[in-house]
Amino acid sequence: MTGLELPIALFLLVNLAAALWRAARGPTPADRMLAALLFGSTGAGILALLAFAGGGPALVDVALTLALLAAITGIAFAQRSWQRHGAHEGGDDNAAP
Amino acid sequence: MNLALAFDVLLAAALLWSAWRTLSTAQIDRAVVMFIVFGLLLTLAWARLAAPDIALAEAAIGAGLTGALLLDGLAALKRTDARRPARRTAGKVMVRIAVISVLGLLAGTLVTALISLPPAPIRLPAAVAGDLANSGVSHPVTAVLLNFRGYDTLLEVAVLLLALVGMLAVGLPPAHPGISRNSMLPTLARYALPLMVLAAVYLLWAGAHRPGGAFQAAAVLAAGGVLLNLSRLQAHWLPASRAPRLAIAGGFLLFLAIAAALLAHGGLLRYPPEQAGLLIVLIESGLTVSLAVNLAAFFLLRSTPENGQIPPATAPRESP
Amino acid sequence: MPLLDLLSGSLLLCGAFFFFAGTIGLLRFPDVYTRLHALAKADNLGLGCILAGLALQADSMALALKLLAIWPLALIASAAVGYTIARRADRLGIVPWEKPKP
Repeated sequence: MTGLELPIALFLLVNLAAALWRAARGPTPADRMLAALLFGSTGAGILALLAFAGGGPALVDVALTLALLAAITGIAFAQRSWQRHGAHEGGDDNAAP
Repeated sequence: MNLALAFDVLLAAALLWSAWRTLSTAQIDRAVVMFIVFGLLLTLAWARLAAPDIALAEAAIGAGLTGALLLDGLAALKRTDARRPARRTAGKVMVRIAVISVLGLLAGTLVTALISLPPAPIRLPAAVAGDLANSGVSHPVTAVLLNFRGYDTLLEVAVLLLALVGMLAVGLPPAHPGISRNSMLPTLARYALPLMVLAAVYLLWAGAHRPGGAFQAAAVLAAGGVLLNLSRLQAHWLPASRAPRLAIAGGFLLFLAIAAALLAHGGLLRYPPEQAGLLIVLIESGLTVSLAVNLAAFFLLRSTPENGQIPPATAPRESP
Repeated sequence: MPLLDLLSGSLLLCGAFFFFAGTIGLLRFPDVYTRLHALAKADNLGLGCILAGLALQADSMALALKLLAIWPLALIASAAVGYTIARRADRLGIVPWEKPKP
């Protein structure tokens, strides 16, 4: 057990907080969604580290679940919710496969 | 322990900040994304609070389902209503200040009352640990949820069922016209879905002796269903479809049937200790399938088929 | 075993460095396509290093395998989501940033 787990978890959390700034700021909706996507990898990393810093092996299961499912939010965003500002859906996007 | 404190303080600050941004943004797009971020930060908070069961549920539902539901609802909202949110006026600001002060006062009163309470006479962890051997499982959270307080779980399943009925009563949006085909998503779905089923079965089985259980497994399965729909491998469900309805009602009815059978023998949901383990496995399996279909139905139910004719009354409006 | 600890610690530090690089990319890159690169590549490499470092210290083989199994899943998910978002950005007409001519 190196003593590094908790410091690195804290460091990752700082990274996450910095990404939150981008989430609030980002010019396009995708930038905001990217920050939410970041949780898939950073969140899984933090949870795995916390599992070794006293949280118990159950947190590895949580990290696994997060890694599996965080992508779905991003996909839902890109496939459904991200539309041209002011236009209605169903326009040129149906042209080419 | 200084680092742990720093971690917790930063996490709490991020939680408060994202909650504030969710509520204070004028545009719904941003609010939805900040809410998703808030949900994912909450997963970390549950992990720090030594509640891995809740962290699992929050990860599965917050990451997989809530985000997709909100974003899909946002899309439906945009298609049917192009109005902008109203501007804030000075009068509304005064009302906000008044409401915040009153709520702050109430919160302060509650906190002081809570702090000044005498310590509880019953030590719950010790009580649960004492009866764990008779409960049929070895994980205290599952024992409480499925055995000692099984009645609450029964009612929670009923609540989810009622939520779905409510959604059907309010009226479903028409099916999404469909964005162009994406060649990578079906591939992703084909790789990821068996793994999700495996993860769900693992979580269900693990619930007996470590954090896991029917609810988390159901959430993972439902997220798999959402992924299938987003990859266009699974069409929307119509309200009249038989199979989803049977699946959703089935789990609840199974639980109810077991409760009724036990009522005939003794108390409500009082399992005989020798059969407690078997009954819990049975109930949890039924609940996993049923809750998975229920949660997926929030995303998948639509009023019209995806490739069918859209009735003139619900056709999307042309942009102005 | 100090050698194991050393190896594990250096993998963890590598992972932290890659995550840091990914965050810098997210904050500083000029458009959505380049930011997707930072997320999909640097962050996942960081995650892989951290998971490998933790797997070296795991008590049981099952835990180590579970840790290592997270990485391919994260990679597959990031690949698909990155592609989906980039494709949608392209369809919506977002133009990739180009360095201004001097």
